[in-house]
Amino acid sequence: MTATTTASMAATPARTARPPSARLRSWATRAPLLPALIFMIVVTQLPFVATLVISFFDWNALYPKARHFTGLDNYHQVLTDPDLRHSVWTTVLLTAAVVLVSLILGLGLALLLDRRFRGRGIVRTLLIAPFLVVPVAAALLWKHVLYNPEYGLLNGLLHYVGGPQPDWISNTPLLAVEASLVWQWTPFMMLILLAGLQSRDHQQIEAARVDGASDWQIFRHLTLPHLRRYLELGALLGSIYIVQNFDAVFTLTSGGLGTANLPYTVYQSFYQAHENGLASAAGVLVVIGSIVIATFALRVVSSLFREEVSRA
Amino acid sequence: MSAVAVRIRRRRGAGLGLLAWLIGLLFFLPIAWMALTSFHSEADAATNPPSFGAALTLDGYRDFFGVGGGASPWPALINSTVASLVSTLCVLLLALPAAYALSVRRVKKWTDVLFFFLSTKMLPVVAGLLPIYLFAKNAGMLDNIWLLVILYTSMNLPIAVWMMQSFLAEVPVAVIEAAQIDGARLPTVLARVVAPIALPGIAATALICFIFSWNELLFARVLTGVVAETAPVFLTGFITSQGLFLAKVCAASLVISLPVLAAGFAAQDKLVQGLSLGAVK
Repeated sequence: MTATTTASMAATPARTARPPSARLRSWATRAPLLPALIFMIVVTQLPFVATLVISFFDWNALYPKARHFTGLDNYHQVLTDPDLRHSVWTTVLLTAAVVLVSLILGLGLALLLDRRFRGRGIVRTLLIAPFLVVPVAAALLWKHVLYNPEYGLLNGLLHYVGGPQPDWISNTPLLAVEASLVWQWTPFMMLILLAGLQSRDHQQIEAARVDGASDWQIFRHLTLPHLRRYLELGALLGSIYIVQNFDAVFTLTSGGLGTANLPYTVYQSFYQAHENGLASAAGVLVVIGSIVIATFALRVVSSLFREEVSRA
Repeated sequence: MSAVAVRIRRRRGAGLGLLAWLIGLLFFLPIAWMALTSFHSEADAATNPPSFGAALTLDGYRDFFGVGGGASPWPALINSTVASLVSTLCVLLLALPAAYALSVRRVKKWTDVLFFFLSTKMLPVVAGLLPIYLFAKNAGMLDNIWLLVILYTSMNLPIAVWMMQSFLAEVPVAVIEAAQIDGARLPTVLARVVAPIALPGIAATALICFIFSWNELLFARVLTGVVAETAPVFLTGFITSQGLFLAKVCAASLVISLPVLAAGFAAQDKLVQGLSLGAVK
């Protein structure tokens, strides 16, 4: 923040003294930024505006001549259609479950990895690996190699202990999708929380230990408050990525068995049903949901960011 | 602390280390099993109980690469390589000057600009998918790898700008000013002073952009067909497979994930910073 104020103060007298060259100089400062900025506006903002416009039209791509303005009709239809409403609910359920479980598992693993033990680097590498499998490949791995009721690894291992041989995806479709996503996202949470743990004030912890604080007291009163913002950041970034998840739903269940989330529904309603207006309205709803999460996310990121800037 | 307390603490420490190892191996098990299955014959891959010690063979890989007929994965692999490498290059070309204007020679309201970039990352892909599809259809750019290059550039640019501005901000301003007082021109300053300090960060940024582009499915699935199909789209061909194909699908998944695993492990230390958009160091 201080950098901004000094920069503007320095710029003001120069502008009054030599207006043309000062303006030139400020454009020279801005110039390197412009290509990236313009590119982003054209490629990400314009299509969204178009989506917004299309969402007010009744438009099926198979009957282009019947296209007409319908106002909020598409939104009404999206919000009253039982399938679409169900997909809103699925999105919420999927995101909340995956974020919460992977956050808790990630916290446990981060605490374990924060201690010194033999082979810590190897364990860290083993744990990161699931995050580095191409998402479609990971989903295929779970669908065919782990979940398959006849020769999947899960039922193979259950066979040894004489357990039942369930058809995982048919019996618990949403849970099956969630488990595969938790497997991929726990490493992400662990990495963020581990970075948080390692940025703790170690002198403070040592001091507390000398004063006779137990491990639990240190965790409860020092570590957890310090980790709060890292937990928030992990939860919010995780939500932003998982709300948009398409790969796992598409691969594991093809949106069937009640697992279609909003991104899949949007994909299906224009790619297969050619309902451009409806798809756009659903897309706008996803954006509104994301904006709610994003507002909080931006606040957390900016508080971490300002701390960094003021420390520098 | 008494000797007994120290011993208890040490023993519990060893127990927790063991627990970490166990969980680490559990998380890695599916990948290890995928690797093992990819080297089994199709008959051995589909048994219950699983055949851990079955004979090893390269048949799964031969099948995947289409040696005995069937679709060759090479066009898809080449498409993915082109889309990922070229888009990463575009990202670097656009993000480096932008990050310079946001960290070294700062524009006014530079934090606002940074947060604009971040907010575009939070706009879901589905929000712009349909107009992009309609545009591509009308412009005759469907099934064209260069459309993916543009989209992947926009997908990764915010991450790159955030990461790079945080790396460039680490270059001390005093060093840059000293070089300028000594009469060095801007390109010299960039090449001799800024680049050496920021280079590891730039490399990590590039690797992370490469990973995201390589992994992307939704755009590729909607906007490409036969010609510009990428590796993840090739993989979706296995979704409804029936019969004996486990070794082949494991080989395919492993081969297609290898570049990501390699890039991810290479960028391990900077991975968090990239994924948290520079908020966590």
